[in-house]
Amino acid sequence: MSWWSRLANVFRGNRLSREIDEELQSHIEEALEQGRDPAEARRALGPALRLREESRDVRLIAWLDSLRADTVFGLRQLMKNKVTSAAAILSLALGIGACTSAFRLIDALLLRPLPVSEPEQLYGLARQGIGPEGKPATFDGWAYPAFRLMRAAVRDQAELIALSYSERTDLTYGSDAEMEKAFRQYVSGWMFDSFGLRPAAGRLFTESDDSRPGAHPYAVLSYDYWSSRFGRDPKVIGRTFRIGNDLYEIIGVGPERFTGTEPGTVIDIFIPTMMHPGAQRSDWTWMRTLARVNPGVPMEPLRAKLDATSRAFEEDRAKGFSGWSKQQVDEFLNHRLVLEPAAAGFSDLQTNYRTALAALGVLVALVLLIACANVANLMTAQAAARAREMALRVSIGAGRARLVQLVLVEGAWLAFLAAAIGGAFAWWSAPVVVSMINPPDNPARLFLPADWRVLGFGLVLTVAVMLLFGLAPALRASAVKPVSALKGGEDPHSRRRLMHALIAVQTAFCFLVLFVAGLFVATFERLSRHPTGFSPQGVVTLETVTLSPQPPALWDQVAEHLRRVPGVETVGLASSVLLGGWSWNNSISVNGAPPNGILAYLLQASPGWVEAMRIPMIDGRDFLPGDTYPGAAIVNKAFARTYFRGEYPVGKPFEVVFSGGKRLRFEVVGLVGDVTYRDIREPILPQAYFPFHSVDTEGALRPVGQGTFIVRTSSVNPMAMASILRREVPRARSEFRVSNIRTQTAIDQSHTVRERLLARLALFFGVVALLLSGVGLYGVLDYSVLQRRKEIGIRMAIGAQAGDIARGVTVDAFSMVLVGAVAGLALGFASARYIQTLLYQVKPTDPRMLALPALTILASAILAALPPVIRAVRIDPAKMLRAE
Amino acid sequence: MPKPDSLQGSLDLLVLKILSRRPRLHGYAIMTAIQGMSGEVLRAEEGSLYPALHRMEEAGWIRAQWVIKDTGRRARLYDLTAAGKKQLAAEESRWQSVTAAVNRVLRMA
Repeated sequence: MSWWSRLANVFRGNRLSREIDEELQSHIEEALEQGRDPAEARRALGPALRLREESRDVRLIAWLDSLRADTVFGLRQLMKNKVTSAAAILSLALGIGACTSAFRLIDALLLRPLPVSEPEQLYGLARQGIGPEGKPATFDGWAYPAFRLMRAAVRDQAELIALSYSERTDLTYGSDAEMEKAFRQYVSGWMFDSFGLRPAAGRLFTESDDSRPGAHPYAVLSYDYWSSRFGRDPKVIGRTFRIGNDLYEIIGVGPERFTGTEPGTVIDIFIPTMMHPGAQRSDWTWMRTLARVNPGVPMEPLRAKLDATSRAFEEDRAKGFSGWSKQQVDEFLNHRLVLEPAAAGFSDLQTNYRTALAALGVLVALVLLIACANVANLMTAQAAARAREMALRVSIGAGRARLVQLVLVEGAWLAFLAAAIGGAFAWWSAPVVVSMINPPDNPARLFLPADWRVLGFGLVLTVAVMLLFGLAPALRASAVKPVSALKGGEDPHSRRRLMHALIAVQTAFCFLVLFVAGLFVATFERLSRHPTGFSPQGVVTLETVTLSPQPPALWDQVAEHLRRVPGVETVGLASSVLLGGWSWNNSISVNGAPPNGILAYLLQASPGWVEAMRIPMIDGRDFLPGDTYPGAAIVNKAFARTYFRGEYPVGKPFEVVFSGGKRLRFEVVGLVGDVTYRDIREPILPQAYFPFHSVDTEGALRPVGQGTFIVRTSSVNPMAMASILRREVPRARSEFRVSNIRTQTAIDQSHTVRERLLARLALFFGVVALLLSGVGLYGVLDYSVLQRRKEIGIRMAIGAQAGDIARGVTVDAFSMVLVGAVAGLALGFASARYIQTLLYQVKPTDPRMLALPALTILASAILAALPPVIRAVRIDPAKMLRAE
Repeated sequence: MPKPDSLQGSLDLLVLKILSRRPRLHGYAIMTAIQGMSGEVLRAEEGSLYPALHRMEEAGWIRAQWVIKDTGRRARLYDLTAAGKKQLAAEESRWQSVTAAVNRVLRMA
């Protein structure tokens, strides 16, 4: 018979035993027929049980059979303690699920190689040095002419690929009324070739599709966009769409798994870089550069060559800089070019979430370890209850290995049941977390495949967890000494020592989780309470575009129309929204002096914008309808402080110095309060606001193609008015169309998305950690009261007070909690510097940040200790002693 | 008088040899055949016969089959397989060389 039949026999063990018995029986009968004495015949054959065992063992896979038996037995054990088993499984499931979920996110965002040929040859080009704010920074933006020089310089060693930052743009396949949004990325024509990608339909770009500026109005759709927007219609090839005034023809569809090079964003439309308006601009860094390094090319000489080319380009360019100090120019030129491995692509999401995801990963791993400690304690307690059973097994001949297997199999049941539930949890939770990553109007999209990477991780994790919580109890159980166990128990303290050590570990991890969670929550709270200087409540922003630039009067007309919509209080018009991510800055010169090197941040706004944003008007006046750019200016307090040395600015002139040396003269007409301009976190920037309407050098009003209406409504829920406002804009003037509509509140909140995510998840896991370690402490105390009830009975009988008993029961465990808390504190301090970049105005050494976890843990420890202590002091000595 | 123990290692050989001469025997018949043919000198210990049979079955040297006897009871009959014939030849030659070697030693000593 084969290995297969032996495997099959494992699962038909009963039948096998019956057959063996039957054969032995027929042997006895033959013997009787031969006239032998029945008793003699049986004796000659030997003990039937042993024969059966021996025969069984050769006819099936013995170890598998014992494993099967243990599996069945283990499940029965679990079913015997349904509540504790369920609690153990659920807490492990939460830990395993959260860890798997974290791994899915980290893998999808940071680790998974791009679906291109030889992704490990890809490197991203960036420059490191001192940024304009005087702090070390990394820049991955490049100007196309610099890219072109670098590509030519390293042609024999590497292929460079230009990739614009992806952006969401308006486009239409039909009339202007049918505008829709799509993610667009400008890419080098040779990108698809270099990545070894094949089209799913039509053709992909080649190098000849990307040679002359503005000459290649072609587009390649991503497979994802082709599926969701066109249902994989092959007739889409040859169709055209329009972005602004440019018409593009769709020539093909990319391969199925390729979604661009920015994890977190799925590109819809690829366009050749030569179609970008900045393709020939030296002062416009609008793209990243990816290098595919040929095999065997040494990195350092390549880097040096690229660095030298880039530096030569910037030195040439710096000659035209004005308004820069010598030091600033030097710092700019001293940026060092670096090559960073980019097998997983590169995106802002990666930069922003690398540390955050790592921190979350560590938090969930700690929660899992806490759960493991709990289950280990549970199994140790159960093993104590089963010491007699184990001793019996040893005395009738079970080997140590078999006992280890018996207990480990029980652990495996727990771990694998937990893994199954945890898998479902990870399946559900990872997309939920992704959906929380970006603001709702611009959701992050990450592909989270459940493939061998994720399954492998889950499996390894499960086995590791099983060994972690199961091995110690298993070894302990197998080391049972039958004599002492059957006599009534071995040294009970050794067991409790292990359990107490685990309590300390648990408390340390719990403290760390709570401490970090506290830091994240405090950060989020400080950020969301951070004053912006304006009032976002009730404000809706309507980013509006026109088919072709329209006269300013028509913009005023639309604003006037919106003012008459019921529910609208005031309407302002601005070139962009505050905190919207867009910024415009330039040097300022006062009294013709050279600029002081500090940049001012600028914005064009109509009369009424200050009022609509509720920015306090400190002095002077708002713009009047006749004010134009250049001319009048409103500045904030920071501006007055920076450029007028705090003097009263109203009525004073200043000049904006543009690169190239052009200067425009303005006169301050009003002074307003400070508002956040670009980022909530940074200090208030000096700001100047100019009239929305511009005049050219001849004094004629310039037509405008895009602007943002700032609509202050009286509504508590301004988004309810969004659809009305969106409709009213084209009703006022049919050339106008709203391309994006957001509340100012949502824009403000988009700056704290990461902090909110971290705060929420960390708080959730903090509560889970606290709950788990509370349950763990309860379990250990309960067990020790149960074990020591005789001793407690005797103590009470000889006059111990309730206080003494309570102290006696809890002192060991509580000193362990204390040890754990101190260890957790040390861990917290040690780890705080790794998450420093995620914190805002929160100091890890702040006593309040330490008091919170300490008090919470103390409270939960007291709560957990209460039931066992009550049980201990209620022990009736008379009853307990009689029971003996 | 050789004790049953001295049969150790040669039980397989005897079972295979008997089955090659007389196919389709049950365990008891194999045992009596060993006894009878050796002139009551060799006795297979009944206890070790069945594990040995099952082991050889597992190894694929013999195959078993349940039949209904005249008494209405089931019996398990064993047969030699092709692999078993090869094994028999190998065991036989091994036995020959071992006994020859032992005899040589006895002669010389």
